[in-house]
Amino acid sequence: MPPIASEHETDTVLHARADARARGATVAGAMPYLPASSTPYPPPGVDPAALTWAETVAGGNYTHRILARGTRLRLADVTGEACAHLLLYNAAEPWERLNVADTVKIPWQAYLASGHPLLSGDGRVLATIVADDSGRHDALCGTSTALANQEKYGDSAPQGPSPSGRELFALAAAKHGLSGRDIGPSVSFFKGVRIRPDGGLGFTGSAGPGKAVELLAEMPVIVLIANAPHPVDPRPVYTSGPLRVHAWRSRPTSPGDPLWDASPESHRAYLNTVDYLCAKGL
Amino acid sequence: MVITDSAGRRPACPQDLVEVLDPASYAEGAVLALGGPLTSGAIVRDDIVPARGPWSAVVRRGQTLTIVDVGGNQSGDCLLYNADDTAERYSVPDTIAWGGNIYVRTGTVLRSCLGNPMATVVANEIDRQDTIGGACGKESNTLRYGHHTAAEHGCRENFLAEAAKYGMGVRDIVSNLNWFMNVPVEADGSLGIVDGISGPGKRVAFRAEMDVLVIVSNCPQMNNPCNNFNPTPLRMIITEGS
Repeated sequence: MPPIASEHETDTVLHARADARARGATVAGAMPYLPASSTPYPPPGVDPAALTWAETVAGGNYTHRILARGTRLRLADVTGEACAHLLLYNAAEPWERLNVADTVKIPWQAYLASGHPLLSGDGRVLATIVADDSGRHDALCGTSTALANQEKYGDSAPQGPSPSGRELFALAAAKHGLSGRDIGPSVSFFKGVRIRPDGGLGFTGSAGPGKAVELLAEMPVIVLIANAPHPVDPRPVYTSGPLRVHAWRSRPTSPGDPLWDASPESHRAYLNTVDYLCAKGL
Repeated sequence: MVITDSAGRRPACPQDLVEVLDPASYAEGAVLALGGPLTSGAIVRDDIVPARGPWSAVVRRGQTLTIVDVGGNQSGDCLLYNADDTAERYSVPDTIAWGGNIYVRTGTVLRSCLGNPMATVVANEIDRQDTIGGACGKESNTLRYGHHTAAEHGCRENFLAEAAKYGMGVRDIVSNLNWFMNVPVEADGSLGIVDGISGPGKRVAFRAEMDVLVIVSNCPQMNNPCNNFNPTPLRMIITEGS
């Protein structure tokens, strides 16, 4: 490591200010891009002016946002080594949140794919998966804990080399006034698990670099994302690549859209969602 | 009708026990079997949970809870909390990820959201128990079966009512265990609640690895086979020592 302090002239307030300001234009591999339209990586086919969020999230890091209803959120696995653990909450009443059991039970399907609704425990759709070219996702194994990462990698602290998903979630949650009680089972994208006939877990790993999944916010939602290795990733070395996040204004699933009545269960979930939002004036 | 088990024990019940254990109180042909504890220790609590109702108790570290499926194929939806800090609670994904299997069987360690062992399944008389099917509720019933079911009681309602006794609310209700419920996952990912593989008097038992608050909803669902469309009682027996 170079002697960093010797590179900075910070002996007075003016020098310290000049030193700090001199670094404002630094470009990092993982950073948010503001305004979002300035992203170096605009999603194909999306007008950059419509973007409301553009960021690259480092491996072993996290991000979070409140998204308006009708926002389309694209997560891209840059190197094939990202694993995006996701939690969703109703931004107006955050005690309504992702219910993973309902998310697999109500569509009668354990494996997440395009068209799958991400349901709350209140019979409503928080977001819908609307595009996916990875196919390697998981709704059964959740994310990693401090205990698991300490056993597996020797460390789990958010400031350390192998943060656990739950600890990253805890920080993201805290920034929305949420705490450990609010961190329930999560889903994850870009690392697959398939269930064997005996109930055993088959880890299918990554579909490779450049894959993306898109979610459509069906109500105003708090999105928490922890980018950390999948909990059953068998590799002994903490492997977590960058995650690219873009969001833009679009329109929620509405009557006439194929997803609106793709199944009787999801149809009633969209009806419940619109009913709730209309009554609330949203 | 039988209101004591083969050892002459008569469990406690919040309703009239004779009526609760009368097969005529249930669908035609109902068979009830009281069973008994799966472990040999002293009984410290022995309750009948009437059909459709909630139950809760603290099971101390080292004690064992036997759950008896009195009427057969009656789902007992179950949540666990660290009795000393309820922010630590049962976690479906941690149980699955640490155990490497989605089904709960003898030996399965029931993990908390922090990864800690809360309980270990020490005996099980059916092939496998469920922990991915979640709980029914008024709201989810409207998705699964239609809005005509909105008046029906659900496990979510039982959980909320019982959790409130301990100062907990909707934030504290997470994905759960379903004792005696059958939820296969097929090769293409299809999953669902199908006909049960339990029967009258079948049992499961777990040993607490910490002091755990156990909240159970004796599932009132009338739209799927999680209780054979015939809600029946459960028996909960806490034992300690051997």
